[in-house]
Amino acid sequence: MASAVCLILVAAVMVLGFLAARWGNVEIHSIEEWALGGRRFGTVIYWFLLGGDAYTAYTFIALPALAYGAGALAFYAVPYATITYPLAYLFVTRLWIIGKKRGYLTTADFVRERFDSRPLELAVAGTGLLALVPYIALQLIGMQAVLQSLGVGSLNSDVFLIVSFALLAAFTFTSGLRAPALIAVAKDILIYVTVLTAIVYIPMKLGGWHHIFSVAQVALAARPKRGALIIPPGQYFAYSTLVFGSALALFNYPHLITSALSAKNVDVVKRNMALLPAYTLLLGFLALLGFCALAAGIHVKNTNLAVPMLFAKFFQPWFAGVAFAAIIIGALVPAAIMAIGAANLFASNIFRSFSVRGEGAAALPALNAKLLALVMLAAALLIALLIKPEFAINFQLLGGAWMLQTVPAGAIGLFTRWFHPVPLFIGWLTGMVCGTSMGYATHYQSIYTLHAGSFSLSGYIAFYALFANLAVACVGTLLLRAADVDPGRDLTSAADYA
Amino acid sequence: MNKRWWYGLLILPLAGTLVPPFYARAQPELFGFPFFYWYQLVWVVLASLFTWIVYVRTRETPHG
Repeated sequence: MASAVCLILVAAVMVLGFLAARWGNVEIHSIEEWALGGRRFGTVIYWFLLGGDAYTAYTFIALPALAYGAGALAFYAVPYATITYPLAYLFVTRLWIIGKKRGYLTTADFVRERFDSRPLELAVAGTGLLALVPYIALQLIGMQAVLQSLGVGSLNSDVFLIVSFALLAAFTFTSGLRAPALIAVAKDILIYVTVLTAIVYIPMKLGGWHHIFSVAQVALAARPKRGALIIPPGQYFAYSTLVFGSALALFNYPHLITSALSAKNVDVVKRNMALLPAYTLLLGFLALLGFCALAAGIHVKNTNLAVPMLFAKFFQPWFAGVAFAAIIIGALVPAAIMAIGAANLFASNIFRSFSVRGEGAAALPALNAKLLALVMLAAALLIALLIKPEFAINFQLLGGAWMLQTVPAGAIGLFTRWFHPVPLFIGWLTGMVCGTSMGYATHYQSIYTLHAGSFSLSGYIAFYALFANLAVACVGTLLLRAADVDPGRDLTSAADYA
Repeated sequence: MNKRWWYGLLILPLAGTLVPPFYARAQPELFGFPFFYWYQLVWVVLASLFTWIVYVRTRETPHG
């Protein structure tokens, strides 16, 4: 019953994806129409799109899994997804304005013009691509967790994944960003219905929040790797840097930039920075559902199954089907946008398919990018099917650390041209090396402990890497400025940002 | 004009959430939620509110 409902909803949504090609009555030939929906999305659609983009199937599975396994640390997602919006209010609006004026599709487009540096452009673009690959694969892993809970065998599961990704690739090819935008409406409605129902109904059945927190606390303390209900002092800095680092990095991910640039005007962006936090409340509820799983006596070795099992236990089969469909569709939306974002990076920044810049670029044909999107999805599917999930998860952690290293050039660069391109590049490289080696040293945990004598400080590896990155960029720039070295051209002008 | 001051509101959510020692405790509870949890959830609403205020207050007015 649950499987039937789930399948019907997923199939319906696939149809929406193909229908999206007709939306807006426009031929989707040009890159701007395909990749950015013609930069025509209004406040409401933009809200659904960005919400559907930022909150992925992996989020819905992994966040409660973390709460279930480790406790309070998982709640970092709430302040992270709270402060990311005021930050985006400042940075993303600026990128949108200049992006519209000069026809940008990606952050790397901006970096190329601002710093007139091909290496820096490639660094930013390449980082984005590297970070996206595991992220798409993880959406499939989120889907696999749902299928497993539905009792689908592993062969059927693989078939389902291949078929759904094939369809996803097809409608991404035909409809571009309009497809995930339209599907996001369905996805987000289903997600809100599912989570709001769960957060009211399940605690009622479990005896109230006080009871849930008490049981969770005991269960967490009994874990081999002790979890906690409230973060202990030793984790304060780790929590804080996790929040800040993640918040800074989020809107620099290529798929978020792709969605962000699709707005009709800058007011759409600004309004949404105030409206999108509604999704953050959902995120908080999701983390709390992880505690509910503890209180409900759900015992799973694979923590990813905590919430699916919780839904299977408490929901009527038909509603569990709705919930599972929400998660599966929740994978398709970001996967599509990630493929488009990656295609944009390849086409615009790696292969330089768009030799004309400025307003003219946006009208160029999208075929190259469309084909690249297919390649990206195929690659991610292969990775998800052939490689151990653990590998994708570790890769994703590094991806987060890597994305933060594009902040100096791609985000800070929006406000100032003070930095020299060469130290920025070396800083980026420093950050990449630091982040990767710390990730390796911690066996792909996000927290690294610095030791200096008897003093130790545990913090988010991406944050430490960014610190090293900025230190190098600042020192390098100061030296070059002192030596009066030419900082290179800036092809943008002050008027472009207003 | 003094519109730029409104942007200061955007810093408040950061100040409110980036200093865990301030809120990493269980008491006082609200509706069965430890302080650590309901405090952070309240900030979601506040951040949204402040951002909306900044948007409205820094808009170009017909005569501004």
